[in-house]
Amino acid sequence: MSKVVTLPEAVRRHVPDGAAVVLGTALEALIPFAAVHELIRQDRRDLTLIGPISDIAFDQLVAAGCAGRVVASWVGNVQHGSGYGFRRAIEQGIPRPVEVEDHSNFTIALGLEAAAMGVPYLPTRTLLGSDILARNPRLRTAPCPFTGQPLVLVPALAPDVAILHVQRADPDGNCHAWGAPGVSATAAKASRAVIVVCEELVDPAVIRSDPNRTLVPGFLVSAVVRLPWGAHPSPVQGHYNRDHAVYREYHERSATAESAAAWLREWVLEVGDHAGYLAKLGRARLDGLRPRASRLAAPVDYGF
Amino acid sequence: MASYTPGELMVAVAAREIRDGEVVFVGMRLPILAFCLARSTHAPSAIGVFENGTVRDSPAHEFVVTISDGPNIAGALWCTEMRDVMALLQSGRVDLGFLGGAQVDRFGNLNTGYVGPPGRATRLPGSGGGGDIACLARRHVIIMTHERRRFVERVDYVTSPGFGEGGDWRRRVGLPGGGPAAVITTLGLFRFDPATREMVLASTHLGVTVGQVRAQTGWPLACAPEVTETVAPTPAELAVIRRFDPEGFWTRGRP
Repeated sequence: MSKVVTLPEAVRRHVPDGAAVVLGTALEALIPFAAVHELIRQDRRDLTLIGPISDIAFDQLVAAGCAGRVVASWVGNVQHGSGYGFRRAIEQGIPRPVEVEDHSNFTIALGLEAAAMGVPYLPTRTLLGSDILARNPRLRTAPCPFTGQPLVLVPALAPDVAILHVQRADPDGNCHAWGAPGVSATAAKASRAVIVVCEELVDPAVIRSDPNRTLVPGFLVSAVVRLPWGAHPSPVQGHYNRDHAVYREYHERSATAESAAAWLREWVLEVGDHAGYLAKLGRARLDGLRPRASRLAAPVDYGF
Repeated sequence: MASYTPGELMVAVAAREIRDGEVVFVGMRLPILAFCLARSTHAPSAIGVFENGTVRDSPAHEFVVTISDGPNIAGALWCTEMRDVMALLQSGRVDLGFLGGAQVDRFGNLNTGYVGPPGRATRLPGSGGGGDIACLARRHVIIMTHERRRFVERVDYVTSPGFGEGGDWRRRVGLPGGGPAAVITTLGLFRFDPATREMVLASTHLGVTVGQVRAQTGWPLACAPEVTETVAPTPAELAVIRRFDPEGFWTRGRP
């Protein structure tokens, strides 16, 4: 059964106001920026944003007023440091106040893992002695029932929807991804709904030719969107490199609330849709981000 | 005589902290250059682990801005879930990590969360993998710009625990060993007293006096009985650093 829909339709159906959304699961790569911009265009409000490190994606959503809460380990601009949108929201409530639940990479991963595994929490020794632990009321400590040693208990973190960008998917949502996955597969398993945005929509036989490369099986996926360049400016291995200039420009232009709003108007609202965004970037710029050479993997033989 | 930037010196010093064969949790900026340099010189078997789930036994062959850039993925040994690299950390299989921060204090605690009093604080990006590395790596090295406003008696917020309040604090809170082994700054190299666990000045960089270091440190800084001069990077080390960072993107700006 085909789950293929347009991006606006996927967002309309699966990400209502107030939803808890996990995205940016592969850290600086495969960030579903087109979906982020669609959320902003559809004027989503009061979202809970969940992710370890999502580069400027969370900052854009916060600056656009879409977020009510952020559950993350790191929010900023990887290349340049602080996310000014995030800082303004936390420090001044501009454009609206945002609550923060602070984590480390490991506790975000464990929260998603607990939900993915269907258990109420997972134990760890990370963050013992830190103020992240002391000030996050959802992280608890308890002695291990077997050894008595102090443990941090990370409760299950179950998002309403995961938005993942992958290289290829079939119409049922079975998808392949490569590069560093971060918490992508875990986030998909933890979430009630999964939107897969793919560079290429492929025949089901392609996925079935290499089941070891499957990131998420289709029966966990709610919607598939075919959208080449859907992760720009983040990199997609084998398809395009990171567009560093965008991150520098965003850092400069998000420095004030007025300037950030102007950037969002120019690059998210006035372009109209993803096609308009790509047209504004221009063919030459996109071509300049293409891989200079292929690096095909050694083929694997599933013959029997 | 070769001249070098503070960033290049810090990379060379950081690389010397990596022992051959070690598993090293590597982040961006100077640590990745230190890893590249160490692997090219005295630590050819060191393994690099990245928080996005990438494990490498060779440096990326081109300049990268983030750990998820194409060249850091191509030719990696392993691209797995973050869960797996965190498992390596927690099971004691990561020998060394590198950390930085906005503030550090006398006992090596780092702050990348909130600077200032609660309710009026400046919000920084957060922990990332920093809290995890500080808690779980067998040891870690801190790299920072040395300024009075950053080197404070007690950080406003402990993102990445060092030695807490000193002494056997780590054991008391349940951390499985670990802790900072060195602090490398724009002014000098610091170790930690084995008993009190406070930061101790070990060497000053060329042209830097002990007085200058004290002036930029917000507590009465302990010094080694004999403070030496930090060994400068060799021309060979500089050549390697400049090969991996040809524009000085990391080594010519603020560390």
